[in-house]
Amino acid sequence: MALVLNEEQRLLRDTAREFLTKNAPVAELRRLRDNCDEIGYSPSLWQEMVALGWAGIPVQEAFGGLDFGYLGLGVVLEETGRTLTPSPLFATLVLGASAIQLGGNESQKERLLPAIVAGELTLALALEEHNHHNPTGFSTSLRKENGQYLLNGSKCFVLDGHSADQCLVVARNDSGCTQSADAVCLVLVPRETDGVQCDRTLMADSRNAANLTFQNVVIEDGWIIGEGSEGQTLLEAVLDRGRVALCAEMLGLAREAFERTVDYLKERTQFGVKIGSFQALQHRAAIMLTELELCQSVVLQALTAVDEDSDQLPAMASLAKAKMNELVQTVTNEAVQMHGGIGVTDELDIGLFLKRARVCMQVLGDSGYHKDRYARLCGY
Amino acid sequence: MEELEAFRRETRTWLEENCPDSERQPALPDDQYWGGRDAAFPSEGARVWFERMRDKHWIAPEWPSAYGGGGLSPEQAHVLKQELKRIRARPPLCSLGLWMLGPALLEFGSEEQKLEHLPSIVRGEIRWCQGYSEPGSGSDLASVQTRAEDRGDHFLVNGSKIWTTGADKADCIFCLVRTDPGAKKQEGISFLLIDMASDGVSATPIELISGESEFCQTFFDDVLVPKSNLVGEINKGWSIAKALLVHERKLIAEMGTESPRKQITPTAAAREYLPFSDGRIADAHLRAALVDYEMLLQAIALTHMRCYEEKSTGTQSAAPLIMKYVGTELEKAKSELLLAIMGSKGLGWEGEGFSQIELDTLRIWAFSKTLTIAGGTSEIQLNVLAKRVLGLPQS
Ligand SMILES: Cc1cc2nc3c(=O)[nH]c(=O)nc-3n(C[C@H](O)[C@H](O)[C@H](O)COP(=O)(O)OP(=O)(O)OC[C@H]3O[C@@H](n4cnc5c(N)ncnc54)[C@H](O)[C@@H]3O)c2cc1C
Repeated sequence: MALVLNEEQRLLRDTAREFLTKNAPVAELRRLRDNCDEIGYSPSLWQEMVALGWAGIPVQEAFGGLDFGYLGLGVVLEETGRTLTPSPLFATLVLGASAIQLGGNESQKERLLPAIVAGELTLALALEEHNHHNPTGFSTSLRKENGQYLLNGSKCFVLDGHSADQCLVVARNDSGCTQSADAVCLVLVPRETDGVQCDRTLMADSRNAANLTFQNVVIEDGWIIGEGSEGQTLLEAVLDRGRVALCAEMLGLAREAFERTVDYLKERTQFGVKIGSFQALQHRAAIMLTELELCQSVVLQALTAVDEDSDQLPAMASLAKAKMNELVQTVTNEAVQMHGGIGVTDELDIGLFLKRARVCMQVLGDSGYHKDRYARLCGY
Repeated sequence: MEELEAFRRETRTWLEENCPDSERQPALPDDQYWGGRDAAFPSEGARVWFERMRDKHWIAPEWPSAYGGGGLSPEQAHVLKQELKRIRARPPLCSLGLWMLGPALLEFGSEEQKLEHLPSIVRGEIRWCQGYSEPGSGSDLASVQTRAEDRGDHFLVNGSKIWTTGADKADCIFCLVRTDPGAKKQEGISFLLIDMASDGVSATPIELISGESEFCQTFFDDVLVPKSNLVGEINKGWSIAKALLVHERKLIAEMGTESPRKQITPTAAAREYLPFSDGRIADAHLRAALVDYEMLLQAIALTHMRCYEEKSTGTQSAAPLIMKYVGTELEKAKSELLLAIMGSKGLGWEGEGFSQIELDTLRIWAFSKTLTIAGGTSEIQLNVLAKRVLGLPQS
């Protein structure tokens, strides 16, 4: 049964909740934001997460991981959604480690995976080149010149791009050494490399990303992941893991914003009664509950699809992302509205949930993208 | 009719000659002139424009000339409004005195009060703010607790107001205060004018999710207020409060369709931020969302026009009562749509990597969440429709 957490997963969730509410409550995000923190997350907190084994959850045991799967990772991410905790979990572990696990050769895996698990290496996936998610429309290229690989192009909306040790750059392999003319590959580039320019961007969710430019960056042997015609398939597999994992975080975000709102409905008095006694609000809260329950099933099934390596994964990922995008939008809007005046103050945390939700909605595909993809995958 | 057309021609010529070019574009918050005791003009253009309009008596075109108004008929005032809109003229003065307190004083104030307050509002000399809401009284406004005790020759005011827009910059505040704690809640309220410079008044700004600090918590600690500052009869302030709310809601509704801010329209944003194919927005989902928005916008604009025509022909309908709700919900929808259209470009909070328009879009989006709360929430608007228009039984 994959739609119910098992004993171990429940335990992990409880530990994660306890750890995060104690060490990384929403106030911690506020602190990072107000101090204009340079990295945007707390490295010491990250090391504590590493010590708890979180950086090894989906990594195979052979490389030092726990091999605990995406359902396991999902419960942790859901909890980080509740506390809005910024950390390298998503960019490094979900996007980075899965690219290496799925596409790396043995020596790359041996070199990189244990370092990730040990918290010694952070990664960022540099994919987007436009303002909307587009996993095929990029022009960053890898060329061979005088026996040397050169990387050229620019990327935007690179999550953790400003802080990661290395970037996985999605590029077209134009070096002519492959059969397919537009073979896709992932190129591992240390951020501190000649020709790499990194401009951090400050976004609504205070987590920060970066725009990256690559100008004739010399790529060394062994830095290329997914050579050959499999590149696009590899990329999609990585992105689907990213989408599903992000959905788990978004579910936590939605649940937390929802629960805080329901608490407020029980607390706030107007017209001599609790505002939760107004049916106009009751029904909207009840409708949100139904959506949350539906989404929970979808997200659990999508996480399971990763663990079971199911061919349903692409469709499940799109189903989950489309539904979660809509859910977090509705829930955060309703949360603000139902709080009234205090809901639009910076003092209340609800606004932070609202802002994080809008960033999540754009990461790896908005609702329209995933509805269209779902329809395509279903053949209509 | 002919007279009105003559008035239109004169107005157009006068505006052509007198409205500086710099004042013919949307005003960012920093470009607005709000007046006040020690207010400075945001720019030379703003000063010239305000002073010319003031001298022409067109700051409050419809108010009687005895109080500094222009004495225009409703039809003339409407023509003036249209002509101002045609050249996209900025409001020469932004003012809660002009928009809210003035109309209430005209209806409920004594002759002395009108003569004292209306001309100073029109001249931009006094900036007012609105002290209605309290920490415990928002939607249930009639439960206000701020006390004004009758001390013979003055009132003694104690309590606090919250979400008071501009309280830290205002000279005076119009307040709902409780003067009879024993009476039924609507019946013990009075409408009182208080000078913010009085001893015991203080205001602490509160930051909004958009990063601005528009509103404040305002405290009254043993504040002495002259008896002459009571508007209308004692304990009869609730009807004034309600009449003023009608003006406020109308104002917010109108702001919905003519946002004073410089904001890209969703259609223009679509052209800039979305790929087209065959003349259509390639993303079917966003195209449908844009159509929904544009159609609603059109329907609301037409309803605004219908409201005006109904008013000038004395026809009654439910239309005016829906405007605050639909106008503010539309504004929110527009901001959400803009974010969807801009994608990751619409997520910038500050700094490099985003254009000013993109950064403004996000801030305006955050601010748009306030519109369905301020001036009576959407839920309260719908309750009013259900009760007053539909006559549905109340639980
Ligand atoms: C930007 C901004 C500027 C403002 N400026 C001013 C100002 O200058 N002066 C001033 O006095 N006030 C001002 N306000 C306050 C505003 O009028 C109140 O916030 C508003 O009336 C709601 O009250 P509240 O915040 O206490 O919310 P509450 O009344 O506590 O409402 C909380 C939620 O309960 C819902 N609710 C309440 N009663 C019912 C019901 N009977 N049926 C269904 N749902 C219900 C509300 O709709 C809301 O969703 C401002 C507010 C904002 C956001």
